[in-house]
Amino acid sequence: MTFLTGWGRTAPTPATLVAPRTAEQLAALVAEAPPRGLVPRGLGRAYGDAAQNAGGVVVDLTRLEPRWSFDPETGVVTASAGRSLHELMTALVPKGWFVPVSPGTRHVTVGGAVAADVHGKNHHVDSSLGAHLRALRLLTADGTIRVLTPADELFWATVGGMGLTGVIVEASFGCVPIETSRVRVDVERTRDLDHTLEVMAATDDGYRYAVAWIDLLARGPRMGRSVLTRGDHARRDELPGGGDPLAFAPSSRLTAPPWAPNGLLNRVTVRAFNEAWYAKARDRRIIQEIAPFFHPLDFVQGWNRVYGSRGFVQYQFVVPFGEEGTLRRVVSRLSAEGVVSFLTVLKRFGPGTPGMLSFPMPGWTLSLDIPAGHAGLAGLLREFDAWVAEAGGRLYLAKDARMRAELLPVMYPRLAEWTKIRQMADPGGVFRSDLARRLGL
Amino acid sequence: MKNALGSVDSVLLLGGRSEIGLAVVERLVRDGARQVVLAARPGTSGQVSALDDGPSRGRRDGHGEAAPGHGDGDGAAARLAALGAEVHRIDFDAARPETHGKVIDAAVGLVGDLDVVIPAFGVLGNQAAYERDPVAAAESVAVNFAGHVSAGLFAARRLREQGHGTLVVLSSVAGVRVRRANFVYGAAKAGLDGFAQGLGDSLHGSGVRVMVVRPGFVKGRMTAGMSPAPMSSTPDQVADAIVQGLRDGAETVWVPARLRLFFTLMRALPRPLWRRLPR
Ligand SMILES: Cc1cc2nc3c(=O)[nH]c(=O)nc-3n(C[C@H](O)[C@H](O)[C@H](O)COP(=O)(O)OP(=O)(O)OC[C@H]3O[C@@H](n4cnc5c(N)ncnc54)[C@H](O)[C@@H]3O)c2cc1C
Ligand SMILES: NC(=O)c1ccc[n+]([C@@H]2O[C@H](COP(=O)([O-])OP(=O)(O)OC[C@H]3O[C@@H](n4cnc5c(N)ncnc54)[C@H](OP(=O)(O)O)[C@@H]3O)[C@@H](O)[C@H]2O)c1
Repeated sequence: MTFLTGWGRTAPTPATLVAPRTAEQLAALVAEAPPRGLVPRGLGRAYGDAAQNAGGVVVDLTRLEPRWSFDPETGVVTASAGRSLHELMTALVPKGWFVPVSPGTRHVTVGGAVAADVHGKNHHVDSSLGAHLRALRLLTADGTIRVLTPADELFWATVGGMGLTGVIVEASFGCVPIETSRVRVDVERTRDLDHTLEVMAATDDGYRYAVAWIDLLARGPRMGRSVLTRGDHARRDELPGGGDPLAFAPSSRLTAPPWAPNGLLNRVTVRAFNEAWYAKARDRRIIQEIAPFFHPLDFVQGWNRVYGSRGFVQYQFVVPFGEEGTLRRVVSRLSAEGVVSFLTVLKRFGPGTPGMLSFPMPGWTLSLDIPAGHAGLAGLLREFDAWVAEAGGRLYLAKDARMRAELLPVMYPRLAEWTKIRQMADPGGVFRSDLARRLGL
Repeated sequence: MKNALGSVDSVLLLGGRSEIGLAVVERLVRDGARQVVLAARPGTSGQVSALDDGPSRGRRDGHGEAAPGHGDGDGAAARLAALGAEVHRIDFDAARPETHGKVIDAAVGLVGDLDVVIPAFGVLGNQAAYERDPVAAAESVAVNFAGHVSAGLFAARRLREQGHGTLVVLSSVAGVRVRRANFVYGAAKAGLDGFAQGLGDSLHGSGVRVMVVRPGFVKGRMTAGMSPAPMSSTPDQVADAIVQGLRDGAETVWVPARLRLFFTLMRALPRPLWRRLPR
């Protein structure tokens, strides 16, 4: 038995962890699934309990036949599910191609990215990964590998389906041509929340990538002040001369200590950080490499450990456009409570995909990182859940570690449809996870 | 499943009318638990029988009669339901260990994984009466100790399979060092306490925890009519401490906490002195 957690390091549970190397081994595992079932796992970057299965089997896909191929004619990459976006970027960027969607870390697998239908800073123009997928190969409970395309219902139950329809063994998706491995970024500060929303609504669409970092500890008239970083892949003529324009060699130069005292991230340290960050950000245009722009946290390996032994929760929700009032209520409540969120990110979403459990929808998404030991957190987040549900919004399952089952059908109105298709694909309930049990999925 | 912030979904209370047990369940429900199974001695309406049709014994709690409020399973169930929980009721008799496996199965059949199991049954009785009626004494021990052994082992088996969950065992300071004044009850609690610790150790590494709770005198139904001992608490205080212990993943909870130090000292008290303690 191995104790596993998600990236937030909360609620560990034991499971038999196996890492098949071949499709045959994988099929045998599915055929012999124990009563507690089995769930696929990638790089464990989901924050909560999505890739855990107490008392059952967890299948680590990262050793599975490491294959990938790329067709430069069509720009379509086909990769086995355990390949990470880091590996794909390392191979593709020097050839002048970029993945269509990159989450805030490169260290996710293709399978995990599909299962969560991940979004990136380009969601407002490019939607989520599902929109770029051409095909999936899915190993289902009956032991067969099905080739699925966007024409199949099971495809859209799997995109965003959190590993509960089967094991994705391979995915194909279209990539984006780039001239350089740099991003031209406009940095801009805003005064308060209204100003932030106004600027984003007015000018985000002029950029492929756009996100706002909110200083949650700022209060009063400065509540919601933010630093916007918005950019596009830089053209070759925008680079200062010299060097390989497509060089891509990101490194993680720091490693977090194996343990950190609980409470290291407190109101004082985070406020100091926020002040410095906000002060440093002058309105300006800069050229950044891919890694620091897309994956700033990957710079510090194991950064999740700085939250101490109790771990932390990510809270990410989306509310539709027109529900800015809900967003404002959440932000002012957080700011009034002095909730310490080290990273608070606001982003505008564009259209979602047909993924039945896919998270993104047109609207505003806010994500917070909060130490799990924060007093009163459970009640506070429950209050937010209710506001979000009432506003017609939802929480992101890949980040969730604490929501209640009863809100799921409200937040995901297509849940019943998903359940039906999943039931057909897995009538015996082979694919199960802690998340599934917690949320009655 | 226990979530990242320590809230749970399901709870099974064995001894489904226990004042302390219900106070814990109520807190867990307020904190998000949605599935509650109250397993109590048959007799109240609306219960699903999980037992076979053997005879159920009468109450033998030594006081001879029910304290006010006892047997009020409907009220508790209604209160929990009003808080948003789905409340299931099943029959459970601690004195019939051969039925305990079925009780656990029935609870699992109703709610799936059991996140928290609280065996809160017990009878205090009266030491003088026990000395007059040794059979009654043995019967109380069958509930206070043997009943916990079978219910605890059956519950532990299920929790081990599911790879998570907490068994909350209501021991007592009465078992920490057994006193002349209530040695039948105390001895059963001493046995229970040792059993619970051993069970906890046997489950180490399985994802399952056993939390041993050692309240002092609790001013509640069980002790109605008795004058409170020093460092007493209320059922609500005991429940608060249990819920906090569940959040922290505690192995042992003393209520109040200072009883821990007190009993460390008491354990060292020479026997001739201990013997003469008034209660
Ligand atoms: C620092 C950081 C930043 C992040 N930023 C973003 C972001 O900007 N946008 C965003 O959308 N997400 C973001 N995430 C979340 C992350 O992208 C998703 O949780 C993703 O699913 C993680 O992939 P993984 O390979 O680690 O999967 P795991 O965490 O191991 O698993 C996640 C889910 O995918 C399922 N799964 C994994 N592999 C397979 C497979 N082969 N077949 C079927 N199901 C599978 C699992 O069962 C589980 O339900 C971020 C996470 C971190 C840690
Ligand atoms: N109160 C204290 O001072 C104190 C102190 C330390 C420890 N404890 C322990 O804490 C636990 C809970 O006590 P409490 O204060 O909540 O007392 P309580 O309200 O009297 O609860 C005890 C419960 O046990 C049940 N019970 C007795 N015999 C049973 C049997 N054969 N089968 C099934 N259920 C049976 C009773 O059921 P009925 O309703 O059918 O009678 C009663 O609901 C007990 O184990 C007790 O020993 C109590």
